[in-house]
Amino acid sequence: MTDRELKITDLHVDVETETGPKSILKGVNLTIKPGEVHAIMGPNGSGKSTLAYSIAGHPKYTITSGSVLLDGVELTTLKVDERAKAGLFLAMQYPVEVPGVSVSNFLRTAKTAIDGEAPPLRSWVKKVNESLAQMQLDDEFASRSVNEGFSGGEKKRNEIVQLELLNPKYAILDETDSGLDIDALRVVSEGVNRYASQGDRGVLLITHYTRILKYIHPDFVHVFVDGHVVEEGDASLADSLEETGYEKYLS
Amino acid sequence: MSNLPETTTISYLHPQGSFNLADHGVPTGREEFWRFTPVEKLTDFFDENNVQGSLPIHCVGLGALGSGTSLPTLGKGQVPRGTVLKPVDRTSAIAATTADASYLLIDSEVAEPIRLTIQGDDNQVLTANHLVIEAKPLSRATVILQYGGRARHIGNVEILVGDGAHLTVVSIQDWERGSVHLGQHEALVNKDSVYRHIVVTLGGDLVRIQNNVSYASQGGDAELLGVYFAEAGQHLEHRLFVDHNHPKGVSHVNYRGALQGEKATSVWVGDVLIRPAAQGIETYEANKNLVLTDGCRAEAVPNLEIETGNIVGAGHSASTGRFDEEQLFYLQSRGVDEAEARRLVVRGFFTTVLNKIGVEDVETLLMDKIDTELGFGSETGLDKEEK
Repeated sequence: MTDRELKITDLHVDVETETGPKSILKGVNLTIKPGEVHAIMGPNGSGKSTLAYSIAGHPKYTITSGSVLLDGVELTTLKVDERAKAGLFLAMQYPVEVPGVSVSNFLRTAKTAIDGEAPPLRSWVKKVNESLAQMQLDDEFASRSVNEGFSGGEKKRNEIVQLELLNPKYAILDETDSGLDIDALRVVSEGVNRYASQGDRGVLLITHYTRILKYIHPDFVHVFVDGHVVEEGDASLADSLEETGYEKYLS
Repeated sequence: MSNLPETTTISYLHPQGSFNLADHGVPTGREEFWRFTPVEKLTDFFDENNVQGSLPIHCVGLGALGSGTSLPTLGKGQVPRGTVLKPVDRTSAIAATTADASYLLIDSEVAEPIRLTIQGDDNQVLTANHLVIEAKPLSRATVILQYGGRARHIGNVEILVGDGAHLTVVSIQDWERGSVHLGQHEALVNKDSVYRHIVVTLGGDLVRIQNNVSYASQGGDAELLGVYFAEAGQHLEHRLFVDHNHPKGVSHVNYRGALQGEKATSVWVGDVLIRPAAQGIETYEANKNLVLTDGCRAEAVPNLEIETGNIVGAGHSASTGRFDEEQLFYLQSRGVDEAEARRLVVRGFFTTVLNKIGVEDVETLLMDKIDTELGFGSETGLDKEEK
């Protein structure tokens, strides 16, 4: 029987640049168990987003060695959509506009793809509307093109609507707090907490501010510098980071 | 005062119209007007002696229309034939001088679309049609021209939109491969009338539509929309000319096309002329192309000739973009496989224009074409309920 966990082992990742491949992740080790909330904190350019995108399979990044196991399934050899079907979700820092594809069509197509069958229409529409309402988005939102003309806050809330409706086993949230005003931050955090409160889901929250951690309480905090984890602790580590900043890790 | 537009066009970009064949030389391909077109594949089109009759125009559902419409013929010189369309090239002049023109008269409000099918069964001979559509003042109708089968064809469409009339003309080029279709569409938009022209070009080896609009009075509104999908080896060309020759007219042009496969070619040339008389007009033209594979070529040339600054607005945009990998990644990261993600993006690309078109036939045809080109069967069920 395989362990239920998202297990990242000695992950090395390159990004393609004009001057050739550049090493970004230099041996990441991290394990997230169901029911746990992990926060990764680190300065700009430390490779936090690269970690998120390379786990999700973005073509820009090349995994040169290491492994990512999701409940025993090796993700690194899977296609992007197969990783999602295996139970992974990435809430993006910059959600992409898809002109002409409505939010409702997008949500239903994604749900159908993940579940392998179309959701029952009536209960689905109700669920979508409830989820939108919880994120303080009106019904009309569902007929708009995905992320097109959305405010920064609407984009992030739309990501959390997807998180709730697709209900993956593990969610990586990449700087979901960036660009949010205080009200939107609260709404988004409540959404993440609802998801996490199911008790059997894993959350990896990537941020460089402690602000969101006032709303979402992590069980573990990892400090990420220069492509790997340099310190780990509980929520109190975030508090001390607030005091001292990242300076002591940058030598 | 004459109802006709000024006869001499002072555009620097658009040729003078003339019924006289001698005024239109045989194109060499070096002319501005022909420079994107593979004229070497059209040599038979430039000799009037090659024309062997016309294609039959079959009216579908016309009987149900009652007395509102009829489809007789007009001989040479029989008005309104020849009052709107001035041939701007040799092929158009050849079609304009054929013996009998078909005449669709709309003199009332017609609820259901009037469907005219123009079906060819031989692409070894050249045929030429001249169709005249006249919408009487205050009439309302949608006319769908459906071109299909195999042909080498010149098809002129001359359109008179009477005062206060609302006329939508949809021209669907859904030829089998191996077909060639050239045509000049030309409309005269009268006072306070609303003219919508919609082009859907999907089939044929070479299709070239010259689409012209001018105004007979002030207050006319023209909306020219188009969608096309060029596959390997196809040349699909749309040229537009809007002649703002009266005050307070409106023209909006919006064409979108996708290209896929080796030597898939699309050409879009949009010319808008704003004459000194055209005070207070408003115009915008846009063309957008989505290139799905290597080896395609999309030409997009917007031109504005502005001879008065006293207008509400004039603008244009043209762009050609490749498939956006970030969109694919985003959709795939939600579990949607690559093929389905591509389909969503391509369908989405056309949605803006399709929503403006609002004619169900057009949407169905285009979506089927997209599915075929992207390797899907026609029946998927997924997108049916999105209404």
